[in-house]
Amino acid sequence: MENIAVWPIISFVIFFIFFICLLLWVFSVDKKFIEKMKALPMEGSTPDTETPKP
Amino acid sequence: MEVEKFSYDNKIVKAFMIATVVFGLVGMLVGLTAAIQLVYPIFNFDIQYTSFGRIRPLHTNAVIFAFVGNAMFAGVYYSMQRLLKARMFSDQLSWLHFWGWQLIIVAAAITLPLGMTTSKEYAELEWPIDIAITVIWVVFGWNMIGTIIRRRERHMYVAIWFYIATFVTVAVLHVVNSFEIPVTLFKSYSGYAGVQDALVQWWYGHNAVAFFLTTPFLGIMYYYLPKAANRPVYSYRLSIIHFWSLIFIYIWAGPHHLLYSTLPDWAQSLGVVFSIMLLAPSWGGMLNGLMTLRGAWDRVREDPVLKFMVVAVTSYGMVTLEGPLLSLKNVNAIAHFTDWIVAHVHVGGLGWNGFMIFAILYWMTPRMWNTKLYSTKLANIHFWLGTLGIIFYALPMYVSGVVQSLMWKEFNAEGFLVYKNFLETTVQILPLHALRAVGGALYLTGAFIMTYNLIKTAYSGSFIANEAAEAAPLAKEYVQRKGGWHNRVLEHKPVLFTVLTLIAILVGGAIEMVPTFLIKSNIPTISSVKPYSPLEVHGRDIYIREGCVNCHTQMVRPFRSETERYGEYSKAGEYVYDHPFLWGSKRTGPDLQRLSGKYSNTWHYNHMLAPDAVSTGSIMPAYPWLFEQSINKEDTKGKINALRSVGVPYEEGYENEANIDLDKQAGEISATLKADGIDVSDDTEIIALIAYLQRLGKDIKAVKTADIKH
Repeated sequence: MENIAVWPIISFVIFFIFFICLLLWVFSVDKKFIEKMKALPMEGSTPDTETPKP
Repeated sequence: MEVEKFSYDNKIVKAFMIATVVFGLVGMLVGLTAAIQLVYPIFNFDIQYTSFGRIRPLHTNAVIFAFVGNAMFAGVYYSMQRLLKARMFSDQLSWLHFWGWQLIIVAAAITLPLGMTTSKEYAELEWPIDIAITVIWVVFGWNMIGTIIRRRERHMYVAIWFYIATFVTVAVLHVVNSFEIPVTLFKSYSGYAGVQDALVQWWYGHNAVAFFLTTPFLGIMYYYLPKAANRPVYSYRLSIIHFWSLIFIYIWAGPHHLLYSTLPDWAQSLGVVFSIMLLAPSWGGMLNGLMTLRGAWDRVREDPVLKFMVVAVTSYGMVTLEGPLLSLKNVNAIAHFTDWIVAHVHVGGLGWNGFMIFAILYWMTPRMWNTKLYSTKLANIHFWLGTLGIIFYALPMYVSGVVQSLMWKEFNAEGFLVYKNFLETTVQILPLHALRAVGGALYLTGAFIMTYNLIKTAYSGSFIANEAAEAAPLAKEYVQRKGGWHNRVLEHKPVLFTVLTLIAILVGGAIEMVPTFLIKSNIPTISSVKPYSPLEVHGRDIYIREGCVNCHTQMVRPFRSETERYGEYSKAGEYVYDHPFLWGSKRTGPDLQRLSGKYSNTWHYNHMLAPDAVSTGSIMPAYPWLFEQSINKEDTKGKINALRSVGVPYEEGYENEANIDLDKQAGEISATLKADGIDVSDDTEIIALIAYLQRLGKDIKAVKTADIKH
């Protein structure tokens, strides 16, 4: 097959862009929002928020 | 804001839980039977409905779709209502989903032993059942999306994401892989042939593992593990990365099931690369689960739910490390087609899925029946029986896989195969197979103890059919916080989220498949390869019906150990008329692609009647019914027409003359048998099967390899 090399290049480009965007997004999310999302399943019960000291 | 009062539907969860337990026990029992058959062939009972080739798909389908499937629905229906603060969208849809799914399972339990199968792994069910699955799956999705739209919690927790991805991807996989042309009510031919069929099937097969056995249970892990540990998930950021990278990468990895096959090399490499990459999100998820238990490890000692979860998540970690390693070509060369793969999938099935299911059953039952678990002691006994069961299952199979593979590949100083007779390698591993059955029996015993414990728990409490809840409805206008729109856009836009998920999973599949489908040069054509004769088509359908593909491959890999044993390695062009492909994934018996002319018709006749009498020590079942049943020549026309419609070049009008050719070829075979003193009617099934077996690899033997255009 001719120009076979284009397929891995396309794959790499898609992936590179996808993951950069994902990481940018994840690390720019508001911390308060993350805390809220984290606590979602715990509502209705009493979450044990105490974290052990290192 | 005014608070609305509503209730969570526990009744539907209860129904799915009962179905989980019942079909779990049945599926495991069938699996144990199959395991025993591989040691003592007498347990095939010489009855067609109970022979290994038909029992094995029954086991895999029962365990995957009935046990794990029902557990998934129970886990999803329970957690989704609570995470979205809403009752399921429609009780009618819930019950339609439940009964529809159970009917599909019953249909599978009837048709698979009857030999109605497409032969494609985990997609064996025939076309009318495929349509039913599509309808019921849409009902499930409709109910789920409806609930999401009616939610009282604006943001969708990560578990919901996993559930949406499950629904969307399984729908796509099922529809694409089930593209088949009906011949009769319970017989169809795959729309794809050979290499393309294999690629689509393993894109499906691998992602059935990903999106039926993994993503819904990751969603379940993200809900139930924090609940059971009574502390929030370790890192929500990590769970976001886990989700997107997992669904995006998983969909590309399918070709690792076809390494060293005739699939184009670039597609194999693509599968390998993405399989290695999968390690990152999988271990991210595993660590996120285990780290959620930080500071709660003391409770793992006391709480059986947490014990089961820890082993489940650890098994997930082990399997997802092993998977990428197995997809390296050098490891795959040893492990593929052996018991190693069986061990691998059972660490996943028994450890990850099984133990996660047991954990949520132990967690939900006391809560739904408003009581305490009947016996923690029995749950602990179950835990240890289950854990020992996994070890006794997996370890012998790992040893067996390696032993088998090394024996297949061992050459002596003169350069000849040491174990020329395949049977020697089979007999060698039988004690390990027996040990594996012991492991399975231990695991099953644990499941029975759980059943007793759960029933006693239910009877000690009173069932809460509708659990009262209250929450404020969503405000009509959602006021975005300043500057933060991009941070939350996905969590509260389910439709956009679903579309993005769909795009993420379509990209990988498209890049793998489009070139293979469009570019002719990917399939070298071999001029001597001709369509099957009508009698061979009948024979091939018997081969499919009896599930021969469960134990025999038709794929000679380009290794000296294989070309020495079987003959010329396989070429893509040999399979262009194979609807469906029959490459197989396991060599319990030898490869058959170069079988033609190796044995006489009489040998095949005697061997199918009593394998052990012809090859002493053989564990192959006997097929006495093939000598009593006749092929239905009225179906020939439909078969030829269906095959032509999927691209096999039978001439127009040939369907009307096909039976003349069929009679002629059958007559020739029965004449050779008669010469050896065997008197058999021309239209018995064994004649058609012999015709097919004698055709395997015949075309390519007629030409020199150098003449094959690549």
